[in-house]
Amino acid sequence: MKKDRTPSLLLATLVALLILGLVLPEWRFLGTLAIGKGLTVLGLLLLLRTGLVSFGQGLYYCLGAYAAGTLGQFWGTTDALLLLVVAGLAAGLAAAILGILLAAYRGIFFSMLSLALSMILYGLLVKSAALGSTDGFNLPAPTLFGLPLVSHDSRYPLFVLACVLGVAAALAMHYYFRTPLGRLSPAIRDNEIRVEYLGASVRAAVHVKYVIAGILAGVGGALTGMTVGHIDPEMAYWTTSGEFVFVAILSGTGSVAAPFLGSFIFELVRTFAYEYSPNSWQLALGTAMLLIIVFLPAGLWSLVQRRRA
Amino acid sequence: MSHLLEARNLDKRFGAVTAAADISVTVAPDSVIGLIGTNGAGKTTFVNMVTGYLKPDKGRIYFEGRDITALHPRQVTRLGICRSFQIPQLYNSLSAYDNLIVALGIVLRNAKPAPWARAPRLVPGHDLPLADAAEALLERFDLGEFRDKPAGVLPEGVRKLLDIAMALANKPRVLLLDEPTSGVSSEEKFAIMDRVMSAVRAEGAAVLFVEHDMDIVARYAGRVLAFYEGRILADGAPDVVLADPQVREYVIGGQAEPKEVSHA
Repeated sequence: MKKDRTPSLLLATLVALLILGLVLPEWRFLGTLAIGKGLTVLGLLLLLRTGLVSFGQGLYYCLGAYAAGTLGQFWGTTDALLLLVVAGLAAGLAAAILGILLAAYRGIFFSMLSLALSMILYGLLVKSAALGSTDGFNLPAPTLFGLPLVSHDSRYPLFVLACVLGVAAALAMHYYFRTPLGRLSPAIRDNEIRVEYLGASVRAAVHVKYVIAGILAGVGGALTGMTVGHIDPEMAYWTTSGEFVFVAILSGTGSVAAPFLGSFIFELVRTFAYEYSPNSWQLALGTAMLLIIVFLPAGLWSLVQRRRA
Repeated sequence: MSHLLEARNLDKRFGAVTAAADISVTVAPDSVIGLIGTNGAGKTTFVNMVTGYLKPDKGRIYFEGRDITALHPRQVTRLGICRSFQIPQLYNSLSAYDNLIVALGIVLRNAKPAPWARAPRLVPGHDLPLADAAEALLERFDLGEFRDKPAGVLPEGVRKLLDIAMALANKPRVLLLDEPTSGVSSEEKFAIMDRVMSAVRAEGAAVLFVEHDMDIVARYAGRVLAFYEGRILADGAPDVVLADPQVREYVIGGQAEPKEVSHA
């Protein structure tokens, strides 16, 4: 049997990232942002491997950010861990409730229903003057055990937290895919009837996976909110959800590390495209996507795989 | 006496088509029963009703005295009534080995006393760790050389065997095989049936198999049920049923000897 190298590679990546972040301070912001979004895309990877495309992960992304934001803004909580836990719980709870409905749908119905639900949250937030309506509101600088994670001269501590979180989530997902429940993902994608005829409930399994994806999106949203220092209802808008699907396809579903690599490249392309052509940066992104679909149908990750093979 | 499986007065209609009309069958433990009949005679409908995929319009199904008529396929499966499919239902993107790992993993997971509890180390009924149980099933069906190939690219005969191997994951008490030799060349049929029957008999399960090839039926079945237009035309020992004039006329097609029956 082949030795499982993924855990050691992930841990090596963590060390490399921490060193890179130390020597390249100007990349910390982009890196942290990419991990926040990468967590959400990791949840999508789980759904994609189960054969489900959610066009509504923005719902949980936004919900997590607002849960952390409200706690920070109105109760003055700044502890990053507490905020992330609350964000994950809020998003997970919402996914558990909405999952009762969604787990019964497949294909385009699942996609559109998830999109519709995220637009409901968007509509609610836009109408909520207390939460800043379309402007959203600012988040206080996060702390960890009383120490500041972001200060005017350094974002390193928050970057470290994000890297640890990202690698931990990728590792957990890697091991999850080796459990009987995790293995049901490709099985459900390939043949639901046989899953039922082997004694498992497809609906229950889909529900659990949907909740896991929701928790990851919630934590990702809260982390992004802390990084940017500001949140607004755009996080639940359908284009945000579409962006996650875009990144998931760009990354490929080959590895639990792919969503983070994809997110990073996406943010990188966007930042540079925006800087050099503020009026047509979407064109650059679209072209990048087109090239990847044509030349790397299995996503960016196939570059890494090809090299390792 | 109590039967292992009992179907009582099953009726099932699809619009104007009668798929089952007053079907009553009892199955004793350890029996091997061949289900014969032309296409549309109600064999697969019977299998689908017993396994919970279709609900009969009327009638009840009992397993070890317990009414299972309303149960879902997954619940019926957990009780030990398992099936294979006419068209193999596999996980095409997964290797043969991983197909069995999924199947046995479900059994392992269902053995947990509570969702948050740890799964037992050994797969219940197989008394082996997950990976070893999968290897043992591969070996029992002689599928070793196909272990790492995706199920989607395997030859039809191998897919059939894998499909049946997966049906054994739950340690069936009743095993329903829907046309185990269809889509397989006639030379391969006996080889497949030999392998299946020796693997299955070791389990001590009652076997019901749907079959169009009367040579196979005569060779392996201890009892034959002949279906015609949703009814059971004859029920008995193979030599008696296959010689029955009505069965010869309506089911087998009026041919002189079972040996010459076409495999269509």
